[in-house]
Amino acid sequence: MSKYIKDRTPQIVTIGEDQHDLACEKKSAAGSVSQRACVFCGSRVVLYPIADALHLVHGPIGCAAYTWDIRGAMSSGPQLHRLSFSTDLREKDVVFGGEKKLYSALTELIESYKPEAVFIYSTCIVGVIGDDVEAVARRLSNETGVDVLPVMSEGFKGTKKDGYKAACDALMKLVGTDDNYLPPKYSINILGDFNLAGELWILAEYYKRIGVEIIACLTGDGRVEQVRKCHKASLNVVQCSGSMMHVAKEMEKKYDIPFKKVSYFGIEDMSDALYEVAQHFNDPELMANARTLVSEEIAKLIPALQPYRQKLEGKKAAIYVGGAFKAISLVKALRLLGMQTVVVGSQTGNKDDYNLLQKICDKGTVIVDDSNPNELSDFVKQTGADLFIGGVKERPIAYKLGLGFCDHNHERKEALAGFVGMLNFAKEVYASVCSPVWKFIQK
Amino acid sequence: MLLRHTTEKEIDRKALTINPAKTCQPVGAMYAALGVHGCLPHSHGSQGCCSYHRSALTRHYKEPVMAATSSFTEGSSVFGGQANLLQAIGTIFSVYDPDIIAVHSTCLSETIGDDLKQIVAKANADGKVPDGKHVIEASTPSYVGSHVTGYHNMLQSIVQHFAIKTDEAKRQVNLLAGWVEPSDMRELKRISKMMGIKTVLVPDTSDVLDAPMTGKFEMYPKGGTTIPELVSMGDSMKTVAIGEWATKGAAIALDNNCKVPFDMLDLPIGVKATDRFIMSLSKAGAVAVPEEIDRERGRLVDMITDMHQYFYGKRVALFGDPDQLLPLCEFLLDLDMVPAYVVSGTPGKTFGKRMKEIFGDKIDQVKFKNGANADMFQLHQWIKQEGVDLLIGNTYGKYIALDEKIPFLRMGFPIVDRVGHSYFPTLGYMGGIRILEKILDLLMQYQDENSPEEKVELVM
Ligand code: SF4
Ligand code: SF4
Repeated sequence: MSKYIKDRTPQIVTIGEDQHDLACEKKSAAGSVSQRACVFCGSRVVLYPIADALHLVHGPIGCAAYTWDIRGAMSSGPQLHRLSFSTDLREKDVVFGGEKKLYSALTELIESYKPEAVFIYSTCIVGVIGDDVEAVARRLSNETGVDVLPVMSEGFKGTKKDGYKAACDALMKLVGTDDNYLPPKYSINILGDFNLAGELWILAEYYKRIGVEIIACLTGDGRVEQVRKCHKASLNVVQCSGSMMHVAKEMEKKYDIPFKKVSYFGIEDMSDALYEVAQHFNDPELMANARTLVSEEIAKLIPALQPYRQKLEGKKAAIYVGGAFKAISLVKALRLLGMQTVVVGSQTGNKDDYNLLQKICDKGTVIVDDSNPNELSDFVKQTGADLFIGGVKERPIAYKLGLGFCDHNHERKEALAGFVGMLNFAKEVYASVCSPVWKFIQK
Repeated sequence: MLLRHTTEKEIDRKALTINPAKTCQPVGAMYAALGVHGCLPHSHGSQGCCSYHRSALTRHYKEPVMAATSSFTEGSSVFGGQANLLQAIGTIFSVYDPDIIAVHSTCLSETIGDDLKQIVAKANADGKVPDGKHVIEASTPSYVGSHVTGYHNMLQSIVQHFAIKTDEAKRQVNLLAGWVEPSDMRELKRISKMMGIKTVLVPDTSDVLDAPMTGKFEMYPKGGTTIPELVSMGDSMKTVAIGEWATKGAAIALDNNCKVPFDMLDLPIGVKATDRFIMSLSKAGAVAVPEEIDRERGRLVDMITDMHQYFYGKRVALFGDPDQLLPLCEFLLDLDMVPAYVVSGTPGKTFGKRMKEIFGDKIDQVKFKNGANADMFQLHQWIKQEGVDLLIGNTYGKYIALDEKIPFLRMGFPIVDRVGHSYFPTLGYMGGIRILEKILDLLMQYQDENSPEEKVELVM
């Protein structure tokens, strides 16, 4: 049995040993136990946090059932997003088409919920049977006056990343539809935060403290009305660039709004995110506020981190996450805890991110694109990692290998953004890596 | 109020499912296949489905769940997925080295008309399947049936592919398990052993999805029915199949192909259904019921006697799979409780008939629905109209329970916010005791929390 899937060698690099650039953005080989998801999944996770919109999955039941409230995106108000609406396509619909069903489902729904907007997600099967979702959406928009937005997210059309793009396309149809809004002096949009575990609320507080207002967050704790007027902001601050870069670029083209790529994870990146925004507005007062905030928070944080750092110093970490950009911040944050990253990979990273990873990681670190459980388990053993950072499918694998684990995907319960997030992260890593349970197993 | 958007008034819904009480076929096929030793499930479709199904099972069992995918692209959905599957079979045997690949279809591959049988035959003919290795396949279109149907179809395929009748009859009984937990599989084996009957249990997810911690990641954990066991099923004396929705096809296949007759039973949940199961096993294996089993039964009945006043008249809402709901309703009725609302997203015409048999002249007390549009939104609306004292179902019931402040017993699939289900059985008399313990804990906790101070009792 050969360990790795043939032709995957270009997608694996060990720093210091391999000379080639990491290959990425390739299709997974048929037959791989890939950890990847689909286009629909990408769209669903991006748009789902818009809490006053109605999200209807047009397809067979599973696609809706699996994405029912899996993201833990919190809303401070409406909870309409937490219901799972599906056209539940049956055999008959597959043969005769599902447009009628879609139309009547939506008429019923719009009448009873009067949502601010509707997103229709088309799944694989819809793409294959050829329902004209766009036409149904147009017709309903005309008849009801509610914006009905098709999200062309047929699963087979690519990876999760293509789903982000489909979601962005749908969002762009809402952006700019309220032109009467007068923005405050210093206003930004946050792109690519999903308010998992209430993270947006932490960020909003920071920005408020330095004197900047958030018009809209796409899409954490999202509201349709905010999306409509977010083109009035002076700056877009893009966090999960993988998912939201497209909107940022479009808004730059269309509304002349510049954007900045930031990360809210780890001290360095969080501080930079605040400074860059302050700098953008070129107001000394903002900058001064940002400095005060950062120094106040760091003064609190560093001593609080100390006990964890002491225990974690010298431990090794493996990272496997959705996008590679996230991994960059993770490498830095782990360093702050005295930890070294020995394996790092992602499902859908791009060249730039991987190149940067190759630069910032140490010699001997394995970098991998679109990996699978066999490989991951091997890399972990080779490198002697003590911690695994990943998502739902990696968690039990890590545990079985006797490693600590930290969730950095949809499933996480801890806010990891901002200074307080860094402390939460340290606690979580510590609790897992230093758990007494590991002494019961012989590795 | 998480489900604040649920309205009390029922509107006629024709084309819409809200908060489904079921999921799709492949996840069931995947679960059934994992109960065979050395088997790697394979999802023939796009990556998304496979990833969702693995995540769903991972969340429920908290164990690594392996499955490969054909990774459809736009091209495959136009030209068909044959090339993908052939390539996949080659890759899987060379990289992951399973003994068996269990291929199931998804909505997409079904819709474009891929013929799994023919593709697998071609893989065999092309020499892509190494000697002694197997590829089995099941058609599992999700727009027909539910996750239970998928389990049913894969189980049928497994049995059909392997069981062979030889001249040598074996003193053993086939035990076909419906969709139950690894803990229940273990319990079924314990019961058979106590009765002194050699059984072949299939599928058997114990030691696969409740594997002990070893510090190693094993692609194929120790458990699962083995190939020789599967083959031998054709020579068994009898088949005892529990859970009609999940096992009927496999039972019929064994009868048709190998002339092994079968008893079709409910899952042994509660006193009566377990009685029937024990009787059937004892007849099938031609053994008497050992005293220890009688004593387990006695303990269960004793517990009901001791606590019966707490059960009396309590209204219960239930949702889940038919195989679980039917015997559970029967059990609740025996406890003098009132199963008031029963919902299953899984279709099947016999559901209504069985409900009527179980409820008899009490049938007016229950509102029930299964199949199309039987979802948790409906259940919630009913509960809003007239409340219940207890809700039983999978994790998704949590929202209803929290919103309506109802004690909530987690049973079924998936349970993603509690543990215990994969370790403690709910089948058999001992399982009955566990169900009672859980119900009583909930009801009494509720009473403690909601009684005025002067009415709080130490002894209940
Ligand atoms: S497409 Fe079909 S098989 Fe795939 S998740 Fe959706 S319902 Fe399930
Ligand atoms: S059917 Fe398509 S859209 Fe639905 S989960 Fe599967 S891959 Fe994704």
